[in-house]
Amino acid sequence: MAHSGISVLLEGSNFSRLMGGLWTSVWIAVVSLLIGLVLGTVLGLLRTMKNRLIRFILWLYLEFFRIVPTIVLLFLVYYILPRQFKIDLPATWMAVLAFALWVAAEFSDIVRGALESVPKHQRESGLALGLSSWQLFRYVLLPQAFQLELPATINLATRVIKTTSLLMTISIMDVINVGQQIIEANNQTHPTGVFWVYGLIFILYFVVDYPLSLWAKRLTAKQNY
Amino acid sequence: MNWEVIQQSIPSFVKGFQLTLWLSFVGIVGSLVVGVLVSLVRYFKIPIISKILGAYVEVGRNTPLLIQLFFLYYGFPVLGMKLSAEASGIIGLIFLGGAYMAEGFAGGFNGINKSQIDAGLALGMNQWELARYVVLPQGLALSVPALSANVIFLIKETSIFSVIAIPELTNTALDLIGMYYRSNEYLLVLVIAYAIILIPLILFLDWLERRVRYGSFGN
Repeated sequence: MAHSGISVLLEGSNFSRLMGGLWTSVWIAVVSLLIGLVLGTVLGLLRTMKNRLIRFILWLYLEFFRIVPTIVLLFLVYYILPRQFKIDLPATWMAVLAFALWVAAEFSDIVRGALESVPKHQRESGLALGLSSWQLFRYVLLPQAFQLELPATINLATRVIKTTSLLMTISIMDVINVGQQIIEANNQTHPTGVFWVYGLIFILYFVVDYPLSLWAKRLTAKQNY
Repeated sequence: MNWEVIQQSIPSFVKGFQLTLWLSFVGIVGSLVVGVLVSLVRYFKIPIISKILGAYVEVGRNTPLLIQLFFLYYGFPVLGMKLSAEASGIIGLIFLGGAYMAEGFAGGFNGINKSQIDAGLALGMNQWELARYVVLPQGLALSVPALSANVIFLIKETSIFSVIAIPELTNTALDLIGMYYRSNEYLLVLVIAYAIILIPLILFLDWLERRVRYGSFGN
């Protein structure tokens, strides 16, 4: 007997399975962001240095990630790492690797921009006080740059979360992959289940992402006054 | 690396390349039209519609294209609306892109000095004249950086069409990998194909941004 489609969400353990899938997506987003932000800070700092060669290499690195779509990045890691370098990671960690490298590239540009827009007299006052270059970075540049870069960083986080929707393409059991399994398993009894399952996932992504982008917008508005 | 494998795959990639270009073009033009209309309605705070479109912009910007496409392509037939893969792709891309472009235009429009609007009103312009002769010319120049970032973004987003089996570039590569197990060669061609589209475009958009920097009033 065909049920109304929406009940498929509450059948058996379907709802908790979807939540489990969402957790996988969010977990991958958070871990990649943490790694990417640390790496991106280092790369951003290096990009403010005078050394031409370093700057050129890092510029190439950034441009590569500007050109290659994220879904292609996932496939590059997924196919090339095991076959070419004989590195056999679980798919989850391959995704973390691809995302973290991408986040690092984007974030290095944000960090560079923020560091360069800290007023010059701040750096000079620090030097005049006799701060070492580490102290200058730690106590003068970093706190001010952090404020400047926060909205862009939150926006980057929302993009990473949205990009986790691609995880199913390298067969990670993310929220969409779980959703697909539920749809297929219940296709006989709930033929309209597909509408409700994808509808729910649509809403879930919005619920996770919207507060973050609202926060970024508030911060930007505050900075402009 | 095997050059023969690459050579034999070129005709398939050329087809995928053309489709990626075409879908990107339609998607970008559609998004620009939707974006400018939505942002004008919101700029002049036209009652009710303005609120609805505001919600649309937030939903479009805060959900992934992939789930928008799945919902359109697999979910909508349940409501009796069956769309082809390509129609779903284009509608999805314009839904997403329209929201991003609206936000981009809004940034430009809000950057216009309020005295410009007051001056227009003092001259007795109506809303349409204000939009046509004051807001659009200045706002467009100011929104070019945001819009050009969106253009690049939308072209890259067409790669997600591969999940609903539209034979664009990424789908072509995945198909070939599935058939012949030569991932290195096909992925290399794929990356080069995106570079061929995006590098000249990025250079052109950088040039355009520098050109219009002096387009706004008073500079």
